[in-house]
Amino acid sequence: MGLIALDQTLVARCRSMAADIAGEVHRFIDAHTTVGVERTVARALGIEGVDPHGTPLVNTLIDRLQRAGMLQRGVAFCLAREMLSRRVDLQLAAEYLAYGEPAANDQAEVSRAAIQAVLVEPTRQALARIDRAREEREQLKRSLAAAETPWKYVIVATGNIHDDAVQARAAAESGADVVAVIRATAQSLLDYVPHGPTTEGVGGTYATQENFRIVRTALDEASRKLGRYVMSTNYSSGLCMSEIAWMGAVERLDMLLNDSMYGILFRDINMRRTFVDQYFSRRIIGRAGIIINTGEDNYLTTADAVEAAHTVLASQFINEAFAHRAGLPDGLIGLGHAYEIDPWLEDSFVMELAQAQLVRQVFPDHPIKWMPPTKHKTGDVFQSHVHDALFSLVGTMTGQSIQLLGMFSEAVHNPLMMDRYLSLKATRYVFNAAKHLGSELVFKPDGRIAARAALVLKQASDLLSTVRSETLWVSIARGAFADVKREPTSGKGLSGVIQKAPDYLNPLLEQLEAA
Amino acid sequence: MKEERPKILRAYGDRAGDGMIQLSFTLEIVPSAKAKEAARRFAEAHGLDEVLVTCMEQCGPEHSYFVVYGQSRHSVDMARVEVTEADIPDLSKEEIEHRAAEKLGRKIVVVGACTGSDAHTVGIDAILNMKGYAGEKGLEAYKAFTVHNLGAQVENDALLARARAVGADALLVSQVITQRGCHKHNARALVERLIERGERDRFLLLLGGPRIDHKLALSLGFDAGFGPGSLPRHVAVFIVQRMIDQRGLRCSA
Repeated sequence: MGLIALDQTLVARCRSMAADIAGEVHRFIDAHTTVGVERTVARALGIEGVDPHGTPLVNTLIDRLQRAGMLQRGVAFCLAREMLSRRVDLQLAAEYLAYGEPAANDQAEVSRAAIQAVLVEPTRQALARIDRAREEREQLKRSLAAAETPWKYVIVATGNIHDDAVQARAAAESGADVVAVIRATAQSLLDYVPHGPTTEGVGGTYATQENFRIVRTALDEASRKLGRYVMSTNYSSGLCMSEIAWMGAVERLDMLLNDSMYGILFRDINMRRTFVDQYFSRRIIGRAGIIINTGEDNYLTTADAVEAAHTVLASQFINEAFAHRAGLPDGLIGLGHAYEIDPWLEDSFVMELAQAQLVRQVFPDHPIKWMPPTKHKTGDVFQSHVHDALFSLVGTMTGQSIQLLGMFSEAVHNPLMMDRYLSLKATRYVFNAAKHLGSELVFKPDGRIAARAALVLKQASDLLSTVRSETLWVSIARGAFADVKREPTSGKGLSGVIQKAPDYLNPLLEQLEAA
Repeated sequence: MKEERPKILRAYGDRAGDGMIQLSFTLEIVPSAKAKEAARRFAEAHGLDEVLVTCMEQCGPEHSYFVVYGQSRHSVDMARVEVTEADIPDLSKEEIEHRAAEKLGRKIVVVGACTGSDAHTVGIDAILNMKGYAGEKGLEAYKAFTVHNLGAQVENDALLARARAVGADALLVSQVITQRGCHKHNARALVERLIERGERDRFLLLLGGPRIDHKLALSLGFDAGFGPGSLPRHVAVFIVQRMIDQRGLRCSA
């Protein structure tokens, strides 16, 4: 598509302001850990198991260490010291620490060098697990045809992982390039990850390591049968953001929903907790070569899509800055936005086109995630189908990367098999019929689209300037994003944020940062 | 004024009384002549005559979707149609916002909590949090409300202290755990506390939870109860309506 003439100096300025904003927050992030981060380290070091009540060993372990005031040195430190003083392996050390007699306070100090030495091999193995999964994915991808963008992304949400696997295969065979398994309601607020396969969930299916494996296996089979690689997506968000990132990394997920602010705004998770968790999760995600999907599209379900368009762009710059800080390359940063303008407004389609093109140009190498209309959907499924078709047209004209398909039964029920099929069929029609339309058209330099894009960019720049001067903590507290206000000390999970001691140890993070 | 006449309704397609409707559905069978006949008979079984199967396409590994047209044999006698009016008017979020803005002219302050030992915030979060429930935004998403969600395990005294501090208009209490009737105990204790202090009329009191219904809530001294299936807008419209009614009382007094 022809380009809109954007003020590139202003774009660069936005990027630099976002980097400052993320940098300020990182002063906090770098000085803190969380119970979620520490559970992730324990899992990565190979600690496994659940008790008869289904409580994961890592939860019992971390909670006990926190109560004992030992977590500020990191779980890796505690495990290694226990290994050395009891002369046991890591798993047994974890079980002693979780279930055994509390260690005496005067426990002999083991030298830091000895502790570090004993963690070298388990850390190497943890990274090797991620790398091996990544290599397996790359190999399979190389042997199969790659999907053309925009990738057609659909959702399954039966609550039963085995039904999800059937639906995922059906979706792949109907032309889906990406299949997401929606999570059960309120999993984001659970401060543990359920264990094993699950068959009962409301509003979706629990994210568990075994469930990830089941869906990936089904999609591997479908991919081989179809000769086309089909991607799998889940959610690295909520209180277990980094644990799920680890599970997704080793079970070969292709994408993870992962946002630096979504949990704060939409799940009322504490912001300190979220900022620390998102950093570690993104370090793992980057190593695994997983594409993140950010959640700016959600802003427009609460705030007005015309008035708040600039908050989406500003947040995309901030999400990008946090992702860069965590070592993610642009090619893994799937920034989100959505087609949520009131369809009955005059020129609503024109404004959508302007916004989509603006985001595409500002983030040229990013796999942009483009979400369908939901807010203005009603039970009129026929009108809804037309609405979705125009959304698909904008997607292909402006070269969006990841296109979540609109469903005509949106606002009615979870998509039926037929709904998904019809959505894929209509999208296939639009993408094919308008394949080269974008490259045939240019924008009038003084036209409505250019003017709208310039206005949104200017407003985003103004907002970033305010956020930079007042800090992101204050901006979120006064409701700058999505019209939602959150305080630094409010929300869920604050008690799981721990200041690091000077001798805090996290060999996994060190290695991820060094790479 | 239009006169109510006895009336028999049939589906209206192209002409009165033709009964024409369309249906779409999926059957677990791949397309074939036999599958098409199966779809026709399926439609007939739903009361359609002159069935025309206009579309048959495979939509899954073993499944086809069909579109059919036919003339429905069925009709509805309007003389026999009765509806019971719901206590709570079924208004959309926009209508509630509009009504609140027009009639109240200020934000309504709502404080919510799971009280006592209850740690299950799923209900209160569904009603209050931005994300809401079942595709509907919670009260936080309304311009009409300022929401303070205190979360789980809030003692009655702490709830009341906060309610006074923020000038609450309405208190939402969620009780999910019902072991040995503790939900009733907590709820009743809150009302007694308010009566002791002569503050019962200061706040609207709403109770919610899977074992709560309107009748139970009233019997415990609350103003309303919201059971399973309650949506944020049901709670919203109740609060807005009561606020308007009370304002009306104060104005006329």
